[in-house]
Amino acid sequence: MAPILSITDVRKAYDGGFEALKGVSLDIEEGEILALLGPNGAGKTTLISTVCGITRPTSGTITVAGHDIIRDYRAARSLIGLVPQEIALEPFEKVINTVRFSRGLFGKGRKDAVVEDILKRLSLWDKRDNQIRELSGGMKRRVLIAKALAHDPRVLFLDEPTAGVDVELRKDMWDIVEQLRADGVTTILTTHYIEEAEAIADRVAVISGGEILLVEDKDKLMARMGRKQLMVQLTAPLTAVPEGLSDYDLTLGADGQSLIYSYDTQSERTGITRLLQDVAKAGLQLRDVETQQSSLEDIFVSLVHKGEDAA
Amino acid sequence: MNWSAVRAIYVFEMARFFRTIAQSLISPVLSTSLYFVVFGAAIGSRIQEVEGVSYGAFIVPGLVMLTVMTQGISNASFGIYFPKFIGTIYELLSAPVNFLEIVMGYVGAAATKAMFIGIVILITSFFFVDIDIQHPLAMIAFLVLTCVSFALFGFIIGIWAGNFEQLQLVPLLIITPLVFLGGSFYSISMLPPVWQTISMFNPVVYLISGFRWSFFGLADVPILTSLLAIAAFTGLCLGAIWWIFKTGWRIRQ
Repeated sequence: MAPILSITDVRKAYDGGFEALKGVSLDIEEGEILALLGPNGAGKTTLISTVCGITRPTSGTITVAGHDIIRDYRAARSLIGLVPQEIALEPFEKVINTVRFSRGLFGKGRKDAVVEDILKRLSLWDKRDNQIRELSGGMKRRVLIAKALAHDPRVLFLDEPTAGVDVELRKDMWDIVEQLRADGVTTILTTHYIEEAEAIADRVAVISGGEILLVEDKDKLMARMGRKQLMVQLTAPLTAVPEGLSDYDLTLGADGQSLIYSYDTQSERTGITRLLQDVAKAGLQLRDVETQQSSLEDIFVSLVHKGEDAA
Repeated sequence: MNWSAVRAIYVFEMARFFRTIAQSLISPVLSTSLYFVVFGAAIGSRIQEVEGVSYGAFIVPGLVMLTVMTQGISNASFGIYFPKFIGTIYELLSAPVNFLEIVMGYVGAAATKAMFIGIVILITSFFFVDIDIQHPLAMIAFLVLTCVSFALFGFIIGIWAGNFEQLQLVPLLIITPLVFLGGSFYSISMLPPVWQTISMFNPVVYLISGFRWSFFGLADVPILTSLLAIAAFTGLCLGAIWWIFKTGWRIRQ
């Protein structure tokens, strides 16, 4: 199946000469949730702004459901909804009118039932006649989402939707994204919160310094990159790793009461059986054994650092 | 054409106007009344007639024009500057609309507001002086064209302005002098010859002259020249806006 969003070798150099995107290529399948991860200034917002038409690409092509975003901008843009990072809303306008405005702007006729449904889904229906300036920050963020959904987009961009949002609202947002997926909406979200990507994304793209470092299925990524650590807790403290265990790349815990062994979950032999046998042979008494899996966050940090070292 | 977008922008902008309708109307009506008291009653009593028209009536077209021009500019410039300032312009830039639709929405609304206030000023003036409008259709045509062209000009200022000071700068530094020196309160023929020649470079002279002609049949310049001048001004503004959207100047990087 052709991707719903296809980004090919997109470069963006700003007037000052700063190159925010250095040849980004990315294909996004219909109905998936892609998390775009990257540190501040990585090019996440520039990439989104370029797809949505807020900034112009210096070179490269972008198509949305086959429509070129420059030549066929009307068709392309009417398929896209954008929730920007900064809260930008007319303070004196009523909630319901600003959502109607968005729908009209995207060329859809006035349909009160659709607007009502969106407002209800976002728990904004009770606030529909309030002026936006009367709303809390979290509510304003909901209004931004409502506006982005007002014209039934097939691709939704969420630029850090949960920055500065409390836990409850964050969970609500995730639910909304899940619902949208059920409706077949493709979602691309940028985030600093790795747990967010971990919780809802199907695929993860890591961007840093204007380049995509990696795009991979989230589960595969975690499995592939996932190093596990085995911590062997001892009954008596050690001062050094015993002679008989020098073949293993072990580190001694700070208190001397634990040995830490790193291994790859994907390899055929993890070496755990032999290690534990050798630990017993060395005459060490075990008190406890635990394992730890590296999170997406660790993976992300190591990737970005690798990218920085290479640069 | 995305007519739905044009309507959405227009309705949204008009809603802003109706939210503040009292402020929108009180100040122009008050200042016009002051003009009538100062220019019409105090000074007018010494001038009496200009080319057969009482001075009080003579300044009415100029007053309406003065209001319509400043309102057109301020409404349109604010209308597009505000979204830039608060950041809501992202939606406009990411919407399936072209420059003409954006302009029609914003400039249409700004021109409507200016026209509305212009008509209120005209009605106010009926309380102070007796006026017959000789060419009502031409009067309406001039009014509409002036509202639209100055709203277009204001739209450009709103895109150009980087802060609120700049937003005020052009109307204050350029438009007010041009309008005051454009024959709002006098006939160009009352000036010394040198100033008459200089006045011919002031575009506002053509607008006020044409508008005044539609009231009294009196004009400083031929009516066709007035029409051409306003058409040229409108065309120039439209061209500039087309260029702005083509290049993304100050709105899209």
